[in-house]
Amino acid sequence: MVAVAEGKASSLRLHEVSKSFPAPDDPLARHAALQNVSLSLAAGELVSLVGPSGCGKSTLLRLLAGLDSPDSGEVFIGSEPIKGPGAERGLVFQDPSLFPWLTVRRNIESGLVARHVLHEKRHEVDEFMRLVGLEGFANAYPHHLSGGMAQRVALARALVNHPKALLLDEPLGALDAFTRMRMQDEVLRLWQARGTTMLLVTHDIDEAIYMSNRIVIMTQRPGRIEQTISIALERPRDRSHQDFLRLRGDILELLHFAGNASIENKS
Amino acid sequence: MTPSNGNEDSFTTPPLVKSRAQTFPAAPVGARLRTLMTFSLAVAVALAVHLFVSKKEPVPETRSYTVFLCAVLAVALLTAPAQLLWSGLRRWRQNMHPILAAVAFLLCLWEIITSGLRLLPLPYFPSPAKVLQSLISDRMLLFDSTWHSLILLISGYALGVFAGLISGICIGWSSPIRYWGMPVLKVVGPIPATAWIPLAMVIAPSAIVSAAALIALAVWFPVTMLTASGISNTRASYLDVARTLGAGRGYLIFRVAVPAAIPNIFIGLFMGLGASFLTLVVAETVGVKSGLGWYVSWAQGWAEYGKVFAALVIMAAFFSTIMTMLFKVRDRVLVWQKGVIKW
Repeated sequence: MVAVAEGKASSLRLHEVSKSFPAPDDPLARHAALQNVSLSLAAGELVSLVGPSGCGKSTLLRLLAGLDSPDSGEVFIGSEPIKGPGAERGLVFQDPSLFPWLTVRRNIESGLVARHVLHEKRHEVDEFMRLVGLEGFANAYPHHLSGGMAQRVALARALVNHPKALLLDEPLGALDAFTRMRMQDEVLRLWQARGTTMLLVTHDIDEAIYMSNRIVIMTQRPGRIEQTISIALERPRDRSHQDFLRLRGDILELLHFAGNASIENKS
Repeated sequence: MTPSNGNEDSFTTPPLVKSRAQTFPAAPVGARLRTLMTFSLAVAVALAVHLFVSKKEPVPETRSYTVFLCAVLAVALLTAPAQLLWSGLRRWRQNMHPILAAVAFLLCLWEIITSGLRLLPLPYFPSPAKVLQSLISDRMLLFDSTWHSLILLISGYALGVFAGLISGICIGWSSPIRYWGMPVLKVVGPIPATAWIPLAMVIAPSAIVSAAALIALAVWFPVTMLTASGISNTRASYLDVARTLGAGRGYLIFRVAVPAAIPNIFIGLFMGLGASFLTLVVAETVGVKSGLGWYVSWAQGWAEYGKVFAALVIMAAFFSTIMTMLFKVRDRVLVWQKGVIKW
């Protein structure tokens, strides 16, 4: 059993990782999703991954989650190589993927049930429901929830295992603009409260700038890391501040270049 | 540490109160009274027709039907005023009275066609009065037959469901088992279970055992098929999430794939139930010396068609009760689907 230390964050590291998939139209050809990607996240860091669709962001996340294994290269959590999925790395998708047959409470408990520790840790479930503001909905079924609430349940379900790293695959992508902004603050609050390492895949540059310590920009086909930008703005960040807007302009420009593989790497 | 949620999330309180789907909107009092009287009126008409028609018939054959119609009429007349006080009864009667009235009219029509106008050849098409009389006079044997059918049905169905769930989960989950199991399922499964009767009679130690095995076989195929497809179509994201939550294989199969497949499994259970009724009756007609199927063919042998019809009435009640029970179980188990999928 994986020992999950409470509130302890772990670093994440990919070293020269490549991954390809069979092409859907030609069984002999393979699409390179990632090529020689190296990336490390310090413990407790919040890093965003942006890039055009199909640049391998989700693949990278799945490798860290242990749901896929790389063709070459290595993936680590702390100093441990990642060999498969584990409760110390939580994962939240764009689609909350709540188990529709379980109530909100039982969804959140499912990680404890899966690890056979529900008995000792049952009391923590209430704490997590409070943390994401769902006290009144313990017995509701997922189809009664709005998109924002469902995504909070998904967050609570991932957090109940006290993961050392949280992998977020466009978790707010399907929400409307207002809910999304509120949820960004919630995720930040959870991050600050728990100190968990977070890797956030997003399409939304504002979201990336607003939330992260660093933004990693990826290129398309094959997926590679184009550039890494550190965000030094004060928190809480002001979305209409001059520096914010300037960064936004820079990144948009970079992403435009990132779409054209012919432009040379600027790092 | 208060969450910064505004109203977007708070207005979607879960609608935990069940909505009644199939009730009529409340009608004005006059219309309501009229609709409530239709059933009583229908029964009264049936009774009048019966009394008129049955003058030509021998008294003992018709007396019980007269008593029956009088009792129904009394109940109908008594519940009509009672519904003014009791809203549950009112709702039920408002919902049911067109059907009840139609049943009364159908009985009436049946009587006119059979003993009234004698349009149908007599030994084969007895009047409702004759059927009721057979039902009452032969009640012990009918009860005994129903009991034997029930035992046989339950044992065969339970065996088939058990085997079907196991093979369905195995085929749905494991690809080597699917590779070898699916061809067997596809080739053997579609053979109607009743086609095995000649073989089953030779192999099985007794007719009862062979009948139970045939029912189980009939149930096994749809349950296996639907369970396997439900399991193998489990959404990948459910399994991925469960894996990252620390789930082992047991959790993935029994706490993710099986619950996700439950709606499919129930379709298999319903299909299997239909197949089991068919196989039960055929097996009882051919080999087993008890049960409703046997009773029908036995009564037919004596040209007692009143008894044949009586057994058919019992079968209708028996099978539809079992079907309704399965529906109730499904509604209970799939409560999480309420509002998501309409059946």
